[in-house]
Amino acid sequence: MSDSQAIAQGTHPEGSGAHVEHPPYLRHHFNSVEQQADTAGFAMWLFLLTEVMFFGGLFTAYLIYRNWYYASFVAASHQLSIVLGTCNTVVLIFSSFTMAMGVWCAETRRKKGLVVSLLLTIALGLVFLGIKTVEYREKYEKHHIPGDHYSLQSFINPASDKEASEAGDKPLALDAAQHTELYFSLYFAMTGMHALHMIIGIGILVFMVIRAQAGAYTSGHVTFVENFGLYWHFVDIVWIYLFALLYLISRHA
Amino acid sequence: MSDTIVELPDQATARIPKVNYITKENGLLSWLLTGDHKRIAILYLISITFFFFVGGALAGLIRLELLTPQSDLMASDTYNKVFTMHGVVMVFLFLVPSVPATLGNFFIPMMIGAKDLALPRINLLSWYLYVVGGILVLITMVTGGVDTGWTFTTPLSIHYVNTNVLTTGLAIFVAGFSSIFTGLNFIVTTHKMRAPGMTWFRLPLFVWANYAASILMVLGTPVLAITIVLVALERTIGIGVFDPTKGGDPLLFQHLFWFYSHPAVYIMILPGMGVISEVISTFSRKRVFGYTAVAFSSVAIAVFGFFVWAHHMFIMGVSNYAVLVFSLLTMLVAVPSAIKIFNWAFTLYKGSITFETPMLYAFGFMGLFTIGGLTGVFLGATGTDIHLTETYFIVAHFHFVMVGGMLMAFLAGIHFWWPKMTGRMYPEKVSQLAAVVTFIGFNFTFFPQFILGILGMPRRYAAYPAEFQILNVFSTAGATILGVGYMLPILYLIWSLKYGAIAGDNPWQATGLEWQCQSPPLTENFTVQPIMDHEAYDYEWLEGQKQKEEEVASVG
Repeated sequence: MSDSQAIAQGTHPEGSGAHVEHPPYLRHHFNSVEQQADTAGFAMWLFLLTEVMFFGGLFTAYLIYRNWYYASFVAASHQLSIVLGTCNTVVLIFSSFTMAMGVWCAETRRKKGLVVSLLLTIALGLVFLGIKTVEYREKYEKHHIPGDHYSLQSFINPASDKEASEAGDKPLALDAAQHTELYFSLYFAMTGMHALHMIIGIGILVFMVIRAQAGAYTSGHVTFVENFGLYWHFVDIVWIYLFALLYLISRHA
Repeated sequence: MSDTIVELPDQATARIPKVNYITKENGLLSWLLTGDHKRIAILYLISITFFFFVGGALAGLIRLELLTPQSDLMASDTYNKVFTMHGVVMVFLFLVPSVPATLGNFFIPMMIGAKDLALPRINLLSWYLYVVGGILVLITMVTGGVDTGWTFTTPLSIHYVNTNVLTTGLAIFVAGFSSIFTGLNFIVTTHKMRAPGMTWFRLPLFVWANYAASILMVLGTPVLAITIVLVALERTIGIGVFDPTKGGDPLLFQHLFWFYSHPAVYIMILPGMGVISEVISTFSRKRVFGYTAVAFSSVAIAVFGFFVWAHHMFIMGVSNYAVLVFSLLTMLVAVPSAIKIFNWAFTLYKGSITFETPMLYAFGFMGLFTIGGLTGVFLGATGTDIHLTETYFIVAHFHFVMVGGMLMAFLAGIHFWWPKMTGRMYPEKVSQLAAVVTFIGFNFTFFPQFILGILGMPRRYAAYPAEFQILNVFSTAGATILGVGYMLPILYLIWSLKYGAIAGDNPWQATGLEWQCQSPPLTENFTVQPIMDHEAYDYEWLEGQKQKEEEVASVG
């Protein structure tokens, strides 16, 4: 009911005939700038909720299979590089910082700062994807991409494999070794969906840089930058969970 | 007691208002690039009607094939494709968007006293996504169809079929985002765009019902999206999440699929229940009995709806404890549904009931939905479910709820709001006939299927034992009547666009804010920001307004 009253206070005095000056970005169906910004923010949070449900399906699958095939998941997780994963985590957290800087610059109407922050965010996003490509390439070379060419070598004969022998893995029985394919199925589905969100995000960032240079977000209308910031932080948080679940937990079974 | 509440303006002098949302701008582009919720609703109405008739034609083919026990009209794999496409088209392209995307889009902003939905461009985007999804389904059909059933059950859909699972999956993925954006838009609009004085408990029940359905759309649909992505990845690169040969569990697919697809049936029925609340109240001239209970029962259905999905899997090998819990929860959903039915019945009690077409459809809804809902309880009880599942009993139950319930509600709503949308009345007598024909045809079509199911005829087969033929002939004959019942509205509604009587602002003497402005409405809906100073369904307030207008007229 409080939001209803807010609308009442901002009622358009159209009935009285006078057309009040309002900023050009106020869309016709809103009564006030506050209502418009409030609405867009609420919509963004709801959208992020749908994203939570989207990734939730994957996390559920991960949870179930991790419980079923614990040994396989532990052995398979040794194949991931903690160093690269940590680098990527740092890169992403830093990109969230530059994004937050961007939002602050937009709010305080610093056009140059905004453009620089957005460009930095793009750069860090690309670094993340670059490191991810290196990791994917390693998996490709070791035939750890699920499908017809999947190789069980690293898990049946860990001595032959650098990462597995470093972690001190014991050889897995054939069926347990086969279940590592499930770990990599989820690894690629989860990190792939995350990377897709990064790519979409970078696309929108490029669009925002172009608009920002034309001075779009530094004249008081910062809703778009703010809401994109929420999206970017969300994608960041998803990675934090992925990093913990896929790379970190139970490395020492 | 008069036998009608219709009050039309004097036809000799009445005119459709020159300026309205239809005449505001001209040309195809002004429609395709519009941000106006009313125009988008009309775009939706045209496209879902198209897909309804595509799905209906497929249903006709199914019934024709089942006229004889042998698989003679088409080969059995063609039959598999036909019933799959029927399901996909009807569920994802008709039932899910039907009431929300057309009537909801058109009337939610008007009912809450807003100029538009909160996010007009997202609204247009969601129509385009729907169209892309629809075109992908048509491409699927032209290039050979898909034969997994609309449930895409694994491992069938990932290993054993060579039909177009990927394009259909993509179509559902895209159409799913259309539905997510519609739901998101409704929730945001209901929270942030209400007119002054329009508190939550003054909202029309149609808005409550759509709000509840929107929660389901927003929370359920993304889970379906990721499930489809996983199926697509299994088919293309061969990941193993649902593949038993790789340690994956095909049942997990069903859990994820039904986590969306069970709430999806509430996405389909809840907005229909909203329509029924409006219609029953208007045509019995009474406030909906137990307004608060009906409002909260919508939310309760949405909440319970999320915790019953495993009742689709009782015979699929889920644990006995899960069966027990999900069986109990399933029966609990019947409670809020019954609350609605009882409250509508009490609304009718001592009301001044008139029998215009929307009311006839609403009566049809109440009867058929009650049968559909109660047979749902049979299926929720584990003992009977083991006998009845995968038989025609399921088909009959689902169609009683979806066709007998939802489609009746959709037609009730279309007739009820047709004067507001177009400014013209539909022809009353022939539409009453259509409503009765639909009801009769429907019962002829689907009631025999309950008996077939109890006798043990399995669903999804092109051929069946000869002793089932009589009931199948009944069903096919009924489908023909039903087909006529659905063709009639198309014909006379199009006819009425030019020749219907001028409706005026409020032909039904209804109380909603949408009836207090001109028909067809202005692009910005209201000339003055409305202020809600009375409860919903307040017919005394309406009388007062009329008296005031008359006083002004006589003084002036």
